[in-house]
Amino acid sequence: MEERKELKVTAIKNGTVIDHIPAQSVFQVIHMLGLNECENQILFGTNLESKKYGKKGLIKVNNRYFDHDTVNKIALVAPTATLIEIKNYKVIGKKNIVIPDHVSKFVKCVNPNCITNHEDVITKFKVIDKKDVKLQCRYCEKTTAKDNFTFI
Amino acid sequence: MKNRSLVSISDYTIDEQLKILKLAAEFEKNPRQKILEKYVVASLFFEPSTRTRLSFESAASQLSAKIIGFSEAGSSSVSKGETLKDTILTVSNYSDIIVMRHPREGSAKYADEVAPVPIINAGDGAHQHPTQTLLDMYSIMKTQGRLDNLNITFVGDLKYGRTVHSLVMALCQFNTTFHLVSPTELKLPSYVKQHIKDKNLTYHQYTEMNEVIPLVDILYMTRIQKERFSDPIEYERVKDAYILRLPMLESAKENMKVLHPLPRVNEIDEDVDSSPQAYYFQQARNGVYVRMALLASILGVV
Repeated sequence: MEERKELKVTAIKNGTVIDHIPAQSVFQVIHMLGLNECENQILFGTNLESKKYGKKGLIKVNNRYFDHDTVNKIALVAPTATLIEIKNYKVIGKKNIVIPDHVSKFVKCVNPNCITNHEDVITKFKVIDKKDVKLQCRYCEKTTAKDNFTFI
Repeated sequence: MKNRSLVSISDYTIDEQLKILKLAAEFEKNPRQKILEKYVVASLFFEPSTRTRLSFESAASQLSAKIIGFSEAGSSSVSKGETLKDTILTVSNYSDIIVMRHPREGSAKYADEVAPVPIINAGDGAHQHPTQTLLDMYSIMKTQGRLDNLNITFVGDLKYGRTVHSLVMALCQFNTTFHLVSPTELKLPSYVKQHIKDKNLTYHQYTEMNEVIPLVDILYMTRIQKERFSDPIEYERVKDAYILRLPMLESAKENMKVLHPLPRVNEIDEDVDSSPQAYYFQQARNGVYVRMALLASILGVV
C-alpha cells in the first residue's frame, strides 16, 4: 500500500494553493490578497517544515483563482512562492510568479507628504530594485522599501 | 514643446532645456510682446509663494495674457474641502495652462494626469521646482557664456535645499566640477552625490568657504534655517561661518558671480550687493524671461 504523507493543511477540492511562502510573510500575503475579508473557505499554515527553506508558509483558498497581476504582486513580499491551481483535487496548472516592473493599488507611499496620502489617488510605483524590493512612487519619486510596506 | 507639461526638470531633454534658455534670451531683448493676448493663464497657489507667483504673473502680463487664480488655499474652494482633482478639472475649463504651487509632493504630476491643459510645476513640496532650476541655468549661462566645464560652489543648507538638488542634477549634464560647502549636519544627500559619481564628475566637500572662493566661477549661496538643526548650540556655532562678506570676494576670479534663490536672511552681507560679483537680483529678473519662454513654448506661440 502506498504510504501517504500526512498533510498539515488539508487538501482542497477546487481553488488555489500558494506554497513556499517565507514564514514571516504569510500574513502579509493574506492581507495583500484581501483574504482577511474573503468569504471563501481558507486554510493556512505557517512555520511548517520545508526541506528547501527550513520554515515556510502555505495558503489554500477554496474556489478562487487569481489573475496574473495579483499573482505577480505576491512576488513582492514572497518571491519564493509557488502557485498551484486545483480542480477536483487535481493540479490543473502552476503559475510562475515574477516580480513586475510596475505595481499599483498595492501599498501606500512611505512619504507622509506625498499627494497619494492626502487625496484619493491610486498609488503607482516603479519597481527599482527587484532583489531588495524597492518601489519608487510615480508622484513624489520617494522610495518605499519592503520593510515599510503598508498594504492598502 | 507645445502642450508639454513641465513637472520635473527631467521631463525636458537637454536640447529642450537649452532651447528654453535660448528663447529666454530673446525675451530678455524684447520682453513686451502681445503674443499671449488670446490666452488665459491660471495661477493656482495652494500655498503662498509671493516671489514665484509674481514672477510668473509678471511674465504672463508682459506677454499680454489674462491671469486668473488664487494666492493661497484659504481664498479658494480648497478651504471648503474640494479635492485637488476637482479644482484642476474646473480651472481647466477656464484656462489654457495652469501654473501651480502645492505643499504636497507629487501633486503636480497628479494634476498633470487629470488636467486636459498643460501644467507648469511652480513647486510641489520638497520635490521639484523646475522653473527655478531653469532660471539658475540661464543665470549661469548668461554670466559665464557657457554651461560646460565650470567650477560651481554650493554653500549652506545642501541637505534640505530642493533648489540645490535639482540644480546639481541638471548641471551633471554639463561636466561641472562641484564644490560643496556646508556644516556636517547639512551635507548634500548621498543620492545626489551618487548622481554626480554616476556621471564620472568630481565633487569636493568643505566645511568652510574661504579656501574655495578663488577657485570657482559660480558661488551659489543658500539660507541655513535654524529649525534644521537638532542641536541649537550647533546652529549658533556654525551660522556665522556661512555668511558671505565683501572682503571675502577679494580673492574671487573676475568672472565669478554670486547667486542666491532668495529670499536671503543674513547669509549675504548687504555690502556684497554693490560688488561686481553680486548677481542675485538679476537672477530673480532672469526668472521672468525663463517663465516667458516656458509659457510661450508650451502654449505653442513660438
